[in-house]
Amino acid sequence: MNNFMFGRYIPGNSWVHRLDPRAKLLLCFIYIGVVFFANNFWTYLLLTVVLLGSIILAAVPARIFIRGLRPLFWLLLFTVVIQIFFGAGGHVYWQWGVFSITHDGLVSAGLILMRFVLIILISTLLTFTTQPLAIADGIESLLNPLRKVHFPVATLALMLSLSLRFVPTLMDEATKIMNAQRSRGVDFGSGGLRQQIKTIVPILIPLFVNAFQRAVDISIAMEARGYRDGENRTKYRQLKWRSADTISLVGFVIMAGLVIALRQLT
Amino acid sequence: MEISFDKVGFWYQPGTPFAFQALKDVSLTIPSGQFTAVIGHTGSGKSTLIQHLNALLKPTTGRVLIGDRTIDAKTSNKHLKPLRKTVGIVFQFPENQLFEETVLKDIAFGPQNFGVTSQAATEMAQQAAKQVGLADELLTRSPFELSGGQMRRVAIAGVLALRPDVLVLDEPTAGLDPRGRRDVMTLVTKLQREQQMTIVLITHQMDDVARYAQNVVVMAKGAVVKQGTPQTVFSDANWLADHQLALPSAAEFAAQLSQHGFHFDPLPLTEEALVAQLAPQLPLKGGQHNE
Repeated sequence: MNNFMFGRYIPGNSWVHRLDPRAKLLLCFIYIGVVFFANNFWTYLLLTVVLLGSIILAAVPARIFIRGLRPLFWLLLFTVVIQIFFGAGGHVYWQWGVFSITHDGLVSAGLILMRFVLIILISTLLTFTTQPLAIADGIESLLNPLRKVHFPVATLALMLSLSLRFVPTLMDEATKIMNAQRSRGVDFGSGGLRQQIKTIVPILIPLFVNAFQRAVDISIAMEARGYRDGENRTKYRQLKWRSADTISLVGFVIMAGLVIALRQLT
Repeated sequence: MEISFDKVGFWYQPGTPFAFQALKDVSLTIPSGQFTAVIGHTGSGKSTLIQHLNALLKPTTGRVLIGDRTIDAKTSNKHLKPLRKTVGIVFQFPENQLFEETVLKDIAFGPQNFGVTSQAATEMAQQAAKQVGLADELLTRSPFELSGGQMRRVAIAGVLALRPDVLVLDEPTAGLDPRGRRDVMTLVTKLQREQQMTIVLITHQMDDVARYAQNVVVMAKGAVVKQGTPQTVFSDANWLADHQLALPSAAEFAAQLSQHGFHFDPLPLTEEALVAQLAPQLPLKGGQHNE
């Protein structure tokens, strides 16, 4: 569990690290949106260049990004294989029953793989360079306009920050419980499916019991310190929009425009 | 069963920005059938150390010898199970590992994992429950209905039911009331004296170390900084203070008395030793007797 890099924050003080979380969220949304417009070599080249540029500005070593991709390898492979065998159209290279490898199938498999990788990498860049609580603050701030329609933005933000805050705690606890059960002779990851499912029970039950107990403790602690939901709360962590944020936002909008223009080339 | 560490180094998450060395060049021997205490302040690597005792963690460098097994970085994760039966570990706050419907089933969970028939496992569980002093009527209750101290006993029984040769306990008395603390320590010494079980105890209670341990290992910043009998480890009060450790309370009391004309040699570590040395030094006044 310790080697799981996907979705983790890597401390740093790079240009990307210092961007406002709201800006980074917006950049990420723009990028992901634009990825779905890309349809030819030039558009993908542009998107790749922008991504690589952002990764360099984030000063996070490339091998960590590759490690971040590793847990998703099987998902990627599965998607590509499905696309290759079931994608239809164009020249048929090979066929067996419902399975066939066609020209269009190969192309769309390649495109899907490319899109997948780009989207995963840009989201990984966001989580690598932004603390989970900053992301929660950013989301809250971006959702603020919804207050007008009485959407419970503050509650949602609290739920987000609390759950993000307790991800590492729960992971630690899961590791501890796994170690305790291993010491009592549980073999994780061996035996048949039935056996494996049975080994989950001795982890999940203690984990749930502790999580509920902790939830009770936290709510009591919060109420004891006078927390009330829905008041106009001030923030300890202030978000500051700086010129770097505007510059990168403009940059990404230009990129989006270019991609839409380059689309016409085919 | 003897366990020894040969120049063991351990890194958490090597090769990532979070890489952290938790053990540095640790060499030590845990003698068979003896009571060994591991002390050191929080974050000194004690808990990482004990996870090497049944190969939950494998050393990044160096090797650990557990009986006739050698564990190093290249040891396969398979066939480690027999080790888990010979070395039982009771982790910190072990009540967090309880999950079964009844206390008895939970205690029998360990033996069952090692292929014991369910009837034999039940018998082993009942015996373990008796050892830790759980009343029979509790055995059919849900473990989640019990008090904290009772849950702790159930968890300890769950490890004892495996009948290990080596019993490792990570702060087993933390958060217990004085009575619960005494019960746990009495149980542990009984297991060592009557069944020649090898005991490894992580603790912050220097009084327990002085009273029960035969060997003491002092850890600081992932390294072993001192090893020996309680008498040698507690001989230097200044050195202990530098490592954020304290003297046992009897020794502390003796050290204060020695600034007022009393003389102790060697420094008494337990109340009994203190009394034995102090009594002859007290002037007897006109037959007064305070009992």
